[in-house]
Amino acid sequence: MLDDTESYVTADGRTIGGVVLDLKSITLRFGGVEAIKNISFDIREGEIRAIIGPNGAGKSSMLNVISGFYVPQEGEVWFRGERRPQMKPYQVAQQGIARTFQNIALFEGMSVLDNVMTGRLNKMKTGLWSQALWKGKAEREENENREAVEKIIDFLEIQSIRKTPVGRLPYGLKKRVELARALAAEPTILLLDEPMAGMNVEEKEDMCRFILDVNDEFGTTIALIEHDMGVVMDLSDRVVVMDYGRKIGDGTPDEVRNNQDVIDAYLGVSHD
Amino acid sequence: MGADFYYTIEVILNGLMAGVLYALVALGFVLIFKASGIFNYAQGVMALFAALTLVGIMEGQVPFSHLINAVFGTQIHDFGWHIPALLAIILTMVVMVGFAWLVQKYIFRHLVGQEPIILFMATIGLAYFLEGVGDLMWGSDIKTLDVGLPQGASLWIEENTAFLGGDDFYGFFIDQLDVVAAIVAAILVAVLVIFSQYTKQGRAMRAVADDHQAALSVGISLNFIWVLVWSLAGFVALVAGIMWGAKSGVQFSLSLIALKALPVLMLGGFTSIPGAIVGGLIIGVGEKLFEYSVGPMIGGATENWFAYVLALLFLVFRPQGLFGEKIIERV
Ligand SMILES: Nc1ncnc2c1ncn2[C@@H]1O[C@H](COP(=O)(O)OP(=O)(O)O)[C@@H](O)[C@H]1O
Ligand SMILES: [Mg+2]
Repeated sequence: MLDDTESYVTADGRTIGGVVLDLKSITLRFGGVEAIKNISFDIREGEIRAIIGPNGAGKSSMLNVISGFYVPQEGEVWFRGERRPQMKPYQVAQQGIARTFQNIALFEGMSVLDNVMTGRLNKMKTGLWSQALWKGKAEREENENREAVEKIIDFLEIQSIRKTPVGRLPYGLKKRVELARALAAEPTILLLDEPMAGMNVEEKEDMCRFILDVNDEFGTTIALIEHDMGVVMDLSDRVVVMDYGRKIGDGTPDEVRNNQDVIDAYLGVSHD
Repeated sequence: MGADFYYTIEVILNGLMAGVLYALVALGFVLIFKASGIFNYAQGVMALFAALTLVGIMEGQVPFSHLINAVFGTQIHDFGWHIPALLAIILTMVVMVGFAWLVQKYIFRHLVGQEPIILFMATIGLAYFLEGVGDLMWGSDIKTLDVGLPQGASLWIEENTAFLGGDDFYGFFIDQLDVVAAIVAAILVAVLVIFSQYTKQGRAMRAVADDHQAALSVGISLNFIWVLVWSLAGFVALVAGIMWGAKSGVQFSLSLIALKALPVLMLGGFTSIPGAIVGGLIIGVGEKLFEYSVGPMIGGATENWFAYVLALLFLVFRPQGLFGEKIIERV
């Protein structure tokens, strides 16, 4: 067993650090429904951590607990070795944890560029008064932010739709814009809820490539929810498997693939 | 061209000036509605309250003096000082920001996610509460507000436009205060637009107006933005209150006149800032023109209802307002 602070090098030469986010005995209820039942797992610095499981297993709920949208009844979230007090979603975002949503939450009335710019709101330091009184500083900051955003737009290959209102984009591109906005915050941890759902094969391949590149080039820690087993096995360093709110598996893709409970959940009684 | 033609133009100009004030109140509505979906019935009362507070501060009145005197048997009424208009305006703005903060903290924070009708009812309660507080703090007598704005018809405009008409036309008769109001309103709108387009807080405000969940996910505190928009609405209310108060005195009927913003919103759409402005101007011009041309034939006093009838007609033919997108039912 690896210690919480130890790091290791993967087969493809990436360094995975110590535990950055540690979820301890999380339980989440909605009225009578227990969406998450006493689940613990950790996420290491620089790794790609997948959460899989059938529909309704509680995967999205888990991401919502991490990002502060849901408040668990029991359990603790530890971030960088410290217990995190219950936080509002905006506070979690300000801590450097960015996310995307299963059902896409974009600013439909804004252009792609403006959407991605909002991802940098937390990077803007200049206060209201200096913005009004000290134009030079505000302008410099605006330019820096613009440059960073343009880089991300290039990186995700969405230059051609920069000025398009997001509401007019097809689903696959919206998902990509949402990723761009999350990346604009230069997060240390990125939470992706089904980033490839509803995409065609080609779009899926692109998205896989982007996720790997983000992790590789920026060293971003990524937790992602995905249905497609093939994709998960290719992308992730470690996998958590959930079913009916329980954790039924946790380990490398190979370990998880050979876990009997996991095989049962996926091949046995299907409750999709 | 005959004098009639020029009088018609004068009526239109006066209508535009009245419309500016309608537009200002409507603007306050739009700001809050866009960011939070709350239809703020209290916007007019906020203008009244801001004007009352401004007069009270300028004249050094002791707030709640009636109450204090009744309880303690004292005879205090004012501090005996006089505060310059500009400083008093700033202090009043501080009061309005405080009001925004209280409203958010004690009312709307607890109503997040409620039905719009519940939020609306809450603002009706707020309106009457605020009216009562204004009365209790500053008394219910009509007050004159003099912040040093020019009053009376502009001789300059009159003299320099007289040449347009014949011997029986003496030039346009336009109140200087109206001109000032129009200029101030234009500056206010420009400042608001610059604020919302180019500042961090303005961007965050637009983001919240577009999608709450997405705004949260990029690190925006909804609570902060809501206090901000209520403060901005308070600022707009203060400007409207000053203009209106300077023109016709600060009196409680102000909050009723402010309800003219309602037909303005039906015309301009509830979420459009340009809509609020254009809608205000159309209503202002429309009711003055109607009163001037048709009024005498049907016994006058058409200004009371004309705006509402116009808005009603508009609702029937263009329910989304002037600038709204066409609503197409998905089936
Ligand atoms: N906001 C909510 N209110 C009530 N029940 C919810 C809510 N979010 C999720 N649930 C319930 O929690 C369970 C897990 O849902 P979810 O986390 O969305 O699963 P998954 O993402 O794995 O498909 C489901 O039974 C779902 O109905
Ligand atoms: Mg889900």
